[in-house]
Amino acid sequence: MLTLPRDHKLLIPYLMGGQSADWLDVAKAMAEAGADALEIGLPFSDPMVDGPVVQRAAATALSRGATPETVLKELSTVDIGVPLIAMTYANVALGIPDFPARLVEAGISGVIVSDLPLEESAEFRAAADRAGVSMVLLGAPDCADDRLARICAASKGFVYSMTAMRTTGEQAQLTTAAKDTVTRLRRHATIPVIAGFGISTPELATEICTEADGVVVGSALVRELLDGGDAATVAERVRGFRTALDRVA
Amino acid sequence: MGQPDATGRFGDFGGRFLPEALVPACREVEEAFLDAWHDPAFVAEYHRLLATYVGRPTPLTECVRLGERLGIRLLLKREDLAHTGSHKINNVLGQALLAKRMGRTKLIAETGAGQHGVATATAAALLGLDCTVHMGHTDMRRQELNVFRMELLGAEVVPAGVPGTAGTLKEATNAALRAWVSETRTAHYCLGSVLGPHPYPYLVRELQRVIGDEARAQAAELLPTGIPDVVVACVGGGSNAAGTFAGFVDTPAELIGVEAAGGAAVSTGTPGILHGFRSHFLQEGVQIAEAHSISAGLDYPGIGPEHMHLAATGRVRYPTVTDDEALSAVRALAVTEGILPALESAHALAWILRAAGTPELPTGTTVLLTLSGRGDKDVHQIRETLAC
Repeated sequence: MLTLPRDHKLLIPYLMGGQSADWLDVAKAMAEAGADALEIGLPFSDPMVDGPVVQRAAATALSRGATPETVLKELSTVDIGVPLIAMTYANVALGIPDFPARLVEAGISGVIVSDLPLEESAEFRAAADRAGVSMVLLGAPDCADDRLARICAASKGFVYSMTAMRTTGEQAQLTTAAKDTVTRLRRHATIPVIAGFGISTPELATEICTEADGVVVGSALVRELLDGGDAATVAERVRGFRTALDRVA
Repeated sequence: MGQPDATGRFGDFGGRFLPEALVPACREVEEAFLDAWHDPAFVAEYHRLLATYVGRPTPLTECVRLGERLGIRLLLKREDLAHTGSHKINNVLGQALLAKRMGRTKLIAETGAGQHGVATATAAALLGLDCTVHMGHTDMRRQELNVFRMELLGAEVVPAGVPGTAGTLKEATNAALRAWVSETRTAHYCLGSVLGPHPYPYLVRELQRVIGDEARAQAAELLPTGIPDVVVACVGGGSNAAGTFAGFVDTPAELIGVEAAGGAAVSTGTPGILHGFRSHFLQEGVQIAEAHSISAGLDYPGIGPEHMHLAATGRVRYPTVTDDEALSAVRALAVTEGILPALESAHALAWILRAAGTPELPTGTTVLLTLSGRGDKDVHQIRETLAC
């Protein structure tokens, strides 16, 4: 199961599995640069909740011949050094036989299934529990408080707080809904509340972490790689987030 | 046809597989529609628009010459005569009225070839709503005229799909759902077929059931037995077929939904989840594959969940038809009856041409076919294909 430290603000970078030949080196570099955990995208043809950057990364990974299965197989051959959380879609999670067990074999302890909300996820959550994988659920700004309470009760490892009603992707500033959603989730959560969607600079990360327990950083790092960046340049970006977050009390 | 269960399922199919951000919005649409559909004033206004704006009821046309040639009695339910040229307007007007009732000021839609996009742009103009239509980048190039029609009607047409994707209806639907995430409080997602998350498969079928209800009443007047022996409609997502079948599912009529051979989700698809619902989809491993059909309206890689349930229970049969058969059917109807059908509808007719005189469709059978749209939009493509 996924267990995250509680003594500092958490940094969880996102990386699309298989998006480049050296993606495992990038993952290791992210971990060495101060990530507390990594979110690994398992590529899907129709990533409904993702913005253009992650869509491109998924299309790139698939065009390279990567599949969720090859990504898991490659991960099983290495030790990244931090907890891993798979992020994918229901067609992948429910379409691959014994998927939670396959995650465990790959060294993954948490899973996010973007289009498997509270009501549809009960069976999968039970299967994940049995296999020893924590299923992380998302809370959105438009969710009523009673729904957020149920999401917090069902989520394992951490609960993922959407900063705005939007798809993934970079943004210039946080909306008022960002902190409000974290605050409302924290009222019900006994596990960390991690904010994501649009946390594209260290400044935004520190701003939301006055309330949140940590952040997921996705598109800003994925774009760096799509633009030709390598493990070293991405690691440098991760270190920037790490340094900033370590200044937040 | 039956109600979905509390989770939005028809048997094993359907549901609401969505990002958390869209769940509250879909629940709101569900509650608003159930309330509206039980409100006589809403239903009366919907039917007033169907009569005075769409031109309903559409006629039932008997194809005497083609019927004689095939040895059957062939009746066409003429959705091609509805305003904007297809059945799509029935659904869109209902959803546009619902959007206004919910206080929304904008419609968001996806479109493939453009029929649903044109219908949505039309309804938005009529009711004073803003309109954004998401259309695959490839489809936008192939259907320039429909893009222009939508823009002329005041809609914004947004290209969908990043480089590396096919840029067709599948991406357009992804893009429309993504756009809706940011606008749930001001915009209504006007989905074009009996698919997507609950309540859309049910909601769209209810708005399209006017086709089947009218056809049943018209058949009762025309036919000695009161109902046709066989009812046929084409199926992409399946909205015209669902609306037609709704009028006959409780009769002994045999129901046939005809899929394009390159988009045959029932016979060649496998269980999966896309665009918020569980059904059968064309897939390569766990990746959704592109469908291929000469008819852009049939190139969706899945099928509505209620259709999949009807297939699983054996109530409806879903044979397939090739591009060539559909093209032959266009010509057959044009030269014998003076009616140019949409390529989608030509698939349903093509099955009749193939089956007539065989044990599948014995001589003397009475067949009702829903002609879902007119073929004007397809003329360029038909000419190019025949010239090859």
